[in-house]
Amino acid sequence: MVAKKGGNRGVGGEDAEEELKRDRLQAILLADSFATKFRPITLERPKVLLPLVNVPMIDYTLAWLESAGVEEVFVFCCAHSKQVIDYLKNSKWFGQPNFSVSTIESHNSMSAGDALRLIYERHVISGDFILVTGDTVSNMPLTLALKEHKERRRKDNNAVMTIVITQSKPCSITNQSRLGMEELFMAIDPDTKQLLYYEDKADDLKGTISLDKGLLMDKTSISLHNDKQDCYIDICSPEVLSLFTDNFDYQHLRRHFVKGLLVDDIMGYKIFTHEIHSSYAARIDNYRGYDTISKDIIQRWTYPLVPDVQFFGNCATKLERRGMYRASEVGLSRSAQIGPFTVIGNGTSIGSNTEISDSVVGEGCIIGSNVSIDGCYIWNNVTIEDGCKLKHAIVCDGVIMKSGAGLEPGVVLSFKVVVGQQFTVPAYSKVSLLQQPVKQDSDEELEYADNSRGVIGIPSISNTPEKLNEQFSTKLSDSQRQTVSEVGNGGVGFIWSHGEGGHEEEWRHSVAPIPADRLVEIIKTATDELEISNRDGNVLPPSGELEPDSVDNDSDEDVRDDYAYFEKEVEATFLRAVHENVTEDHVILEVNSLRLSYNLTSTDCASALFYSMMKLALDTPHDTPGELVKNFATAITKWQKLLKYYLTSIDEEIEVILKFEEMCLESTKEYSPLFVQVLHLLYDKDVIQEEAILNWAAEKEEADESDKLFLKQAEKFIQWLNEASEEED
Amino acid sequence: MDFQVVVLAGGFSKSLVPLVSKEVPKALLPVANRPVLSYVLDLLELKNLKDLIVVVEGETAALSVSAWISSTYIDRLHVEVAAVPEDVGTAGALRAIDHRLTAKDVLVVSGDLVCDVPPGAVAAAHRRHDAVVTALLCSAPVSGPSDSGSSGAKDKAKKPGRYNIMALDPTKQFLLHIAAGAEVEKDIRVQKSILRAVSQMEIRADLMDAHMYAFKRSVLQDVLNQKETFQSLRRDVLPYLVKSQLRSELLSSGVQSDENSNSKDAMQNSKILPSQLLANAFTPSFHELYALGPDGSASITRKTHKCCVYIANKSKYCARVNSIQAFSDINRDVVGDANHLSGYSFSAQNNVIHPSAVLGSKTTVGPQCMLGGGSQMGDKCSVKKSVIGRHCRIGSNVKVVSSVIMDHVTIGDGCSIQGSVICSNVQLQERVVLKDCQVGAGFVVTAGSEYKAESLAKKEKL
Repeated sequence: MVAKKGGNRGVGGEDAEEELKRDRLQAILLADSFATKFRPITLERPKVLLPLVNVPMIDYTLAWLESAGVEEVFVFCCAHSKQVIDYLKNSKWFGQPNFSVSTIESHNSMSAGDALRLIYERHVISGDFILVTGDTVSNMPLTLALKEHKERRRKDNNAVMTIVITQSKPCSITNQSRLGMEELFMAIDPDTKQLLYYEDKADDLKGTISLDKGLLMDKTSISLHNDKQDCYIDICSPEVLSLFTDNFDYQHLRRHFVKGLLVDDIMGYKIFTHEIHSSYAARIDNYRGYDTISKDIIQRWTYPLVPDVQFFGNCATKLERRGMYRASEVGLSRSAQIGPFTVIGNGTSIGSNTEISDSVVGEGCIIGSNVSIDGCYIWNNVTIEDGCKLKHAIVCDGVIMKSGAGLEPGVVLSFKVVVGQQFTVPAYSKVSLLQQPVKQDSDEELEYADNSRGVIGIPSISNTPEKLNEQFSTKLSDSQRQTVSEVGNGGVGFIWSHGEGGHEEEWRHSVAPIPADRLVEIIKTATDELEISNRDGNVLPPSGELEPDSVDNDSDEDVRDDYAYFEKEVEATFLRAVHENVTEDHVILEVNSLRLSYNLTSTDCASALFYSMMKLALDTPHDTPGELVKNFATAITKWQKLLKYYLTSIDEEIEVILKFEEMCLESTKEYSPLFVQVLHLLYDKDVIQEEAILNWAAEKEEADESDKLFLKQAEKFIQWLNEASEEED
Repeated sequence: MDFQVVVLAGGFSKSLVPLVSKEVPKALLPVANRPVLSYVLDLLELKNLKDLIVVVEGETAALSVSAWISSTYIDRLHVEVAAVPEDVGTAGALRAIDHRLTAKDVLVVSGDLVCDVPPGAVAAAHRRHDAVVTALLCSAPVSGPSDSGSSGAKDKAKKPGRYNIMALDPTKQFLLHIAAGAEVEKDIRVQKSILRAVSQMEIRADLMDAHMYAFKRSVLQDVLNQKETFQSLRRDVLPYLVKSQLRSELLSSGVQSDENSNSKDAMQNSKILPSQLLANAFTPSFHELYALGPDGSASITRKTHKCCVYIANKSKYCARVNSIQAFSDINRDVVGDANHLSGYSFSAQNNVIHPSAVLGSKTTVGPQCMLGGGSQMGDKCSVKKSVIGRHCRIGSNVKVVSSVIMDHVTIGDGCSIQGSVICSNVQLQERVVLKDCQVGAGFVVTAGSEYKAESLAKKEKL
């Protein structure tokens, strides 16, 4: 075990040392990933209890936290919380002398954000804490990272979080990391290690990363990284919890919290990174990560968390040559060939002429003869009859494969599935006894929480197998009739159809290695795309000035869209003011806050308000154009103070006239014959000054003939204005 | 070494009004009493690059530049002066002399560069990587008036100017992104494809593009011909080459025909270029890896080209006369901290007073000053950190601090000049007080007037 007292020793500065001694180092372990990547398995068992090289994932995390000097762990359970709590109660984790584990149960948390808000309400966290999920495998010492975090905290109270990263270059073809996660783009200050930019859900359409110009304001260099991996191990200050409470819309740790902190610099909170070089840290996010991390454990990168070292929950296993681990009681036929990097669990028997390589076989499995298993994860009590062929598959507890059955790469067989004789399950299929939930909610977190609540009713397999069997046997008769074809003759289970991602994307997150032809395909499409973008690149603006890139045009559109939304909201605000007799001051306040949130100018407010008034007049019942003008006159008389507030200069008044013109042409054509009357009205009411009208006329003088429609209408009025001003002179 | 050198001397630069005029184009502005162009020409001469093309915008400017060159560098350099129309931009200027470019590589130097970075270093970096372009980068100069004995507190307030935003690879050899001009103030947009290929890049704001480039000639000509809208090397050509480095459009005509230039061929034939040997570059650069394709089998060829940089050591001096502020700063530096550039030998008092200059009694000329030949100063004058040209007549009780005074300037008694630039043939009558002003050639400042931070010039008849 890693030096237990490491956390208390070797800390520079007496303050820090005292602080470390005073506070118990706490950790929050989220025993729910709030995701659906491990379905259908996670419908029956929580992800943290899934065996990883024959040990439940949560044991790896807890063992690491204990060895890293954490003294108090709060395990947050939501989905299948009872199973998690029961497991922990029966494990050795409760009742350790220097390591207390307590659980926090919730039935309605739908995201990490909800979980942290709940924990905040419980007031159990007193100082800096470690935030991890229950699917983390690591052997990193926390001493250095904690020391850095605390030192930064002392200097700058806003340094609330340190995230642990490690070197990992994503594959250049698929743009995903070896753990099957999306590629990550980060910008880090090379001196302070402050995180400045974080983009994990890469938007492929955008070919560029856009860094805010403000980032380079007070520093001269930034490092951009595409070769780092987020370990999802965070050292947090207590403020993190209150931040989640303050921002009740934060759900996802990275997508909302980290981005929120980076983008809104209003709060001034900072996030830092800590890079680990020699130790191991990774999180199991999907099946590919499961495969990769299992191999890492077998190859001992995670030492001391390896099969032949007893930490918790695993039984004695002996390491033999060529990286083969064998438990003490394995019934192995003489003619069976066990290849390298394979783990065979306790009480498993293997028949003659069976070949197993690069695989993990759990406890109590019965494997027949002439079976070939390559790159598979076979959990406990699985029966594989003679002549089966398995390649790169996950086979859960209690599965029965009848003789001659086969699994193609990427197959996942959930609990107790039976594969019929001679049946071959097609590649990337997921088979479960439970039917696929029909309702596909777009929000995956919501969906998961819903389902997990629904699933609570299903008895857990390990606890009451008899009852379960009864239930299934009743079900079986039904399902057998319907699904006899799905997993072969005598098989039990439903093959899930692929989700929205479709079959195309299944290979990305599967345990099976990515097939070579798929890679070639991706390279080809990537090249095609390159060529297309190349052609786009050829079209250069005639100015000769290189546009930063084509995305610029999109941002213009965004601005227009923004304005449209803004206009709608202003209109709604205004109408509410009209109907509920809100005072002008309050409307101004509301419009101002809208303006700030949409980042627009006061000119935009003026034209939006003007538009709302016109609309109001138009929507008030009227028969003749004359009445319309009258309606408008009442509206403008009542609300002119409001409009005046935003018309502080001549330019803004001109803008309103232009807006009016545009409206007459597009949205509210009813006004077009009334242009001059309305203009005159605005002049009379002192909303628009003479100077603005004359300037507008002068501006329009140079426009195209088609644009002069309203100018001609207003010709007389302008002439009159001109004469009036001359008389004054 | 098969490098052709093109010096872009510019013409009548608007940003330097009122210092430049029809008679004095930018290239002939005096820096420490020598035309600024002479700094580049001397630097090239020192490195034995004697065949030059000097490109000047405008016929009249070209004539005066060529007259000066032939009088000064006769028998020393072989210089062709080419006149191009005004406002064609740097790319336009090169397009205009396209037919004269024949060598394999072209070194393009801006004529307003005052630096001591050997051009050979840039050329070597260029050749080492077989790049299409290599740019010289230097630390962004700290601009702003430097008062004597600037205290620590003042230094803090000063920030290096922001000229470019660049992205470099971790080895600081390749240029991955560049933003110049107005783009510097915008958000930084970095291409993901390049970042993916290099894994890690460093964005720097403290470097400046010094306007010394080595181009592969064929590529330069290709780009100039294909992209007719390109006007500026700095704003158009260089960013274009940098952006397209992983999806090069150039190889079709230019680079591939050059032998040994396609690094991919070299990789496949597993022969090692001499240049690679020199660079100790057995580990292929990211360009080559990318070109090989992700699986290393080169099933799909990707065309790449390299954009390299040579970053001048911080101790080297490198600055461009492209603004009035820069002009004052460079004058200050050339007689001050970087006085090895001036070519004069400084006295024990760390100043240069021409033997023919006449000083009145109790007149002091401080360190980091220069006084040109034939100038006269009256009594009780004081000169600090300033450059005074030739044949100036300066009265008594005159104070000159941190200023540049060109030739044939007459200054009356009791004047005080601080932080100003005074062009040739200016007359300052008695008791004139100038602070941070520029006075154009031939202007007369009447007695007793005081100006602060103004630009005074005769109205140009257009």
